[in-house]
Amino acid sequence: MKIHEYQAKELFRKFEIPVPEGGPAFTVDEALNVADRLGAYPVVVKAQIHAGGRGKGGGVKLAASREEVKTLAEHMLGMTLVTHQTGPQGKQVKKLLIEQGLNIRKELYLSLLPDRATAKIAIIASEAGGMDIEAVAAEQPEKIIKVFVDPLIGIQPFHCRKVAYGLGLEGTTIKGFTAILNRLYRLLIAYDCSLVEINPLVITADQNVVALDAKINFDDNALFRHPDVVALRDTDEEHPLEVEASKYNLNYINLDGNVGNMVNGAGLAMATMDIIQQAGARPANFLDVGGGASAEMVENGFRIILSDKNVKGILINIFGGILRCDVLAEGVVQAARKTGITVPVVVRMEGTNVEKGREILASSGLNLITAVDLKDAAAKVAQIVQG
Amino acid sequence: MQGITGREGQFHTRQCVAYGTNVVAGVTPGKAGQQMDGIPVFNTVADAVRETGANCSMIFVPPAFAADAIMEAADAGIAVIVAITEGIPVLDMMRVKNYLSGKACRLIGPNCPGIITPGECKIGIMPGPIHKPGGPIGVVSRSGTLTYEVVHQLTLQGIGQTTCIGIGGDPINGTNFIDCLDAFERDPDTKGVVMVGEIGGSAEEDAAAFIRERMSKPVVGFIAGLTAPPGRRMGHAGAIISGSSGTGQAKIAAMRACGVHVCEDLGSLGEFCARVFGHAAS
Repeated sequence: MKIHEYQAKELFRKFEIPVPEGGPAFTVDEALNVADRLGAYPVVVKAQIHAGGRGKGGGVKLAASREEVKTLAEHMLGMTLVTHQTGPQGKQVKKLLIEQGLNIRKELYLSLLPDRATAKIAIIASEAGGMDIEAVAAEQPEKIIKVFVDPLIGIQPFHCRKVAYGLGLEGTTIKGFTAILNRLYRLLIAYDCSLVEINPLVITADQNVVALDAKINFDDNALFRHPDVVALRDTDEEHPLEVEASKYNLNYINLDGNVGNMVNGAGLAMATMDIIQQAGARPANFLDVGGGASAEMVENGFRIILSDKNVKGILINIFGGILRCDVLAEGVVQAARKTGITVPVVVRMEGTNVEKGREILASSGLNLITAVDLKDAAAKVAQIVQG
Repeated sequence: MQGITGREGQFHTRQCVAYGTNVVAGVTPGKAGQQMDGIPVFNTVADAVRETGANCSMIFVPPAFAADAIMEAADAGIAVIVAITEGIPVLDMMRVKNYLSGKACRLIGPNCPGIITPGECKIGIMPGPIHKPGGPIGVVSRSGTLTYEVVHQLTLQGIGQTTCIGIGGDPINGTNFIDCLDAFERDPDTKGVVMVGEIGGSAEEDAAAFIRERMSKPVVGFIAGLTAPPGRRMGHAGAIISGSSGTGQAKIAAMRACGVHVCEDLGSLGEFCARVFGHAAS
């Protein structure tokens, strides 16, 4: 799960990680109120969307006066911001963060994340702050510092020294940096973060170390123990169908193709999307109904796929294991009766209780196209799309 | 069976017993003295090991308690721990992984269908009848139902399996591709391997390098998620493309460069395997 920068900075404040003075604004008036409270210019007006690259896309601007804050806020609120992470359709800006401008001497990069390969917490730092860290890693790998922390031991002073001296820090900034690193580590552990990133972490002219930006992603699997994080969810940032699907614990991701699909198991779901693409069409979604899906979940999944206006056909691919084919078939029939089948539906079933499932579909009187295997299913999908 | 008295635990215990697995004990804290289909239930894994000599454990406990259950099994001296549970927080698994390092036990999973030697023993949730006993092919996979699909196609081609292992779809798991490939390479009954990977991480690339350096047996590879968009977690916690790493195309290229027979069309994977393994056998 992702949160906004202003929310991440609230968490930073809670962990005593220095951030610039400021606050969120959902309207132009609120933006002016925050600026008035700050009292000194320049202030920074930052668009709050769940995507990086905002600066390049025109979503981060300096305002030298109250009038400029007003002009920028009027312009940014409601604008569609396109960055390399939003896709070409961009994202509409509905919230701003208004902050005090700082006198910056140096920009650093700092992030912490669980590293899958080593099963340690990775600290990644670079003196090349404010830039795309992946580009830095590719072009100037010597500028990336990586330090791994055993979660059973926790972060130690030597870890911090390794990073701080590696960044070439001197004097009082070492102390400020080390404090931030320790607190970030505590935050990551306390909140089950899958990423905490500060880009840039700045050293100001008066030698303070401040998190100019803040990005926090959370492990979805751990949200059950963080109700305060769940409360930060902004459904405006999600596709409405994904919000709807999450109500039923359905693992649904909206995509821009025209063939809907419903599959049990994430691996098979991904492979089914690939098959649709290979057949000359494009998947409209990812939908894993899971191992223990009920007929009701199948029904809701089917309804959600059908409510996507781009969908021209549907492929249902179920390999019955724990989810039995007869349960799946009942769900499909229920859904089809309630919502009506408005597009061709190809059903491919295999595994536990497959005969029973096929019988339910056949005797339903519904116009469903059955496929004997995956190859057959792919061919039938291709036919629908081309026809 | 840890979590034997739960709904899933009961169902799959019965399935495993029906397949021929020797289930000697169950563990559910607070339910010692009860029985499930005549199988004694204990409060702790240590009690179960002491009373029955159990040397393998299958874990069905809910995600919030699964890491603890795995560590309890390791602490009790269980040699093989199969964790089926899906949705364990990654930091929990990170602690487990570090706790297990240096201990003489093997963890399979979590978030996996388990392990089966067709016709002999099943410690998992996979449907038994789709498998064909007698080998000569080993299957290793990050996925559940996708593995069933692959096994089903092998069986339809008349190709049996020695052992099928699901290593799980989580970013941190106990057993990786290389562990399984190494075991298949050393197993005299296994003549070839099907490796089913997916986007995210670099496990497939690491496995490809191992195959080039250390394997004499033919390996067929498949990668799911070629059409997945970056930055979105495709169901499995481990299946996420971050930046330029973890893409399907990169994995396929790495596997091809290391001599893996990559099949891009799941619909004809069975026939593809028949060609590759038939050729290797002749």
